[in-house]
Amino acid sequence: MHKEGEFDIDINHLSKIEGHTDLEVKVRGGKVEHAHLKISESKRFFTQGVRGKPALAVAQLVSRICGTCSIAHLTCCIQAVESAMGITPSEQTMVLRHLTNDGLMIRDHAMHLYVFCLPDIMNADSILELADRDRSLIEKALEVKSAGNELSKLVAGRAVHAPYPNVGGFTKILSNDEARKMAHTLSHARGHALEFADMFRDAMPLFERKTHFIGLKNPNYEFIGGELCSTEGYCIPEGQFLNHLDRVVVPYSQATGFEFEGKEYMVGALARMNLNREALHRDTKADLSSMLAYFPSNNIYMNNLAQAIEIVNCIDHAIEKLQTTDFAPEQYKTPPVKAGTGIGVTEAPRGTLYYALKTDEKGNIEYINLVIPTAQNMINIEKDMAKIVQDNLDTGRDRERISMEVEKLVRAYDPCISCATHFLKLKIKEMKGEPRTAAKKPHNQFALG
Amino acid sequence: MGEKKLAVSWITFACCEDSTIIFMELLNQHFFEWKDKLDFRFCKFLKGKNNAFDGSDVTFVEGAIATKEEEELVKEIREKSKKIVAIGSCACTGLPSAQRNTFDESTRREIMIIVERFGHLDKVHTVKDIVKVDYSVPGCPMDEKMFLDTLDKLYAEFGVK
Repeated sequence: MHKEGEFDIDINHLSKIEGHTDLEVKVRGGKVEHAHLKISESKRFFTQGVRGKPALAVAQLVSRICGTCSIAHLTCCIQAVESAMGITPSEQTMVLRHLTNDGLMIRDHAMHLYVFCLPDIMNADSILELADRDRSLIEKALEVKSAGNELSKLVAGRAVHAPYPNVGGFTKILSNDEARKMAHTLSHARGHALEFADMFRDAMPLFERKTHFIGLKNPNYEFIGGELCSTEGYCIPEGQFLNHLDRVVVPYSQATGFEFEGKEYMVGALARMNLNREALHRDTKADLSSMLAYFPSNNIYMNNLAQAIEIVNCIDHAIEKLQTTDFAPEQYKTPPVKAGTGIGVTEAPRGTLYYALKTDEKGNIEYINLVIPTAQNMINIEKDMAKIVQDNLDTGRDRERISMEVEKLVRAYDPCISCATHFLKLKIKEMKGEPRTAAKKPHNQFALG
Repeated sequence: MGEKKLAVSWITFACCEDSTIIFMELLNQHFFEWKDKLDFRFCKFLKGKNNAFDGSDVTFVEGAIATKEEEELVKEIREKSKKIVAIGSCACTGLPSAQRNTFDESTRREIMIIVERFGHLDKVHTVKDIVKVDYSVPGCPMDEKMFLDTLDKLYAEFGVK
């Protein structure tokens, strides 16, 4: 029996997210003492594993950091290697990269929204249960998810660890016939994607805490290229990102956190929507203009709506490219290698993904530094967890209800735990300290991954 | 009483969960068929409540065994499941999760702090290094067709129509 206002919430292996994490909240005297996101997934030491490997092949290895957003790692690493070796991909290659990432966003957001979150907003435990209530709703959800999967399969060979994208180009190019057919499939799924956006708009709980948002900003709401901007109103070139970041060691977690200019921040669909919604596709804006009025928003649940809008936007972008591009066969040539340093930045489904790497004269990797979206969100997530628990305590809710609210909140971030764990090295003196410590610049601390 | 369903569980250990994603994408075509034929026991990516291995006809084990905790859990799962299917490259061959097994001495020293703090085993193991495995579906990610064929075999063994 707990005294009133004194309890712990321990959620072991949070369900309906990517990967393994535990949540731990301690309440004493009616106040939140701490709220921890304890990432419990085993590290696999890719930082060390990539050293000495051929840079032209290493993108396929780092793809294995994460199953669900493998295409983001693949794309970002390829861009970093190209930047290190001075390789400029063809215009067609860039179209194919954008299409591959459109497929990724549609599939990955659809998994998060329809499989993980839809049960939350419809008071069900799972989509299995929802299917008994409304079969056609689940059929529509699966059709949208499938369209994203098929788009990645067509353009990149597979939606997970895609084989066609390589440094310098694609090893197989889709035909115009295939492209036009795919556009048709996407057009059909689009209507459902709009319906789901409506559902998520109508079901968003309100939870606000002032924070900062960071993401790539470019004229066509693309996931590659542009400047890194903050909702505080300034932008920096991609290459300077690390100079503004502090790594924060979290002793109880197998992942590391980040602060930007000493403050917690959020990356992901909500950040992109807050920063760059004017750049959405004209068709998306035409159909969803009323929803765009909700942004900018500090309500983390709006991340779900932002993802729902991004699904429509990616469909519209992809349809346009598939219908208007004249896809031509291109013979893939293995590019010549050289020594250099390079940077890759992409917007992964869960936010800004950053690769910095160095190659030697044989074209082998000396090191790779990564900044992972979920790691960047970690401190923000914990601060939100503490606030939502306190808010709910103050309104007299019980432990079980509070526990449910915390789960929903963390799920709204769409955390990707596989990604978050695999790039860090903790220093002994930091490890021993119980309170977390902010490791200060210089940026080469990230060389340790 | 309805028709016999195949009681299935799915757990991931050290891996990137790529085969989980392949399974999720197979749902696009197979959701309603599997909803009728499969009884999901422990399956944290599909449901929040009543996740337990007890009574599983089969547990799909994705990923390599990297920590003491994972080793103990996979042994417990073996006890509670009639069949174990190793899923994906890390479960079947250890790689790439087992890449640290071949690190040189200085790299090993570099990672030792994490290995020790989080209870990692000295080496990363395949699933069959630790427990008996009945079927394997290799691939990085798992081969879709082999997975579907394995499921058919399991239906036949357990009399699921």
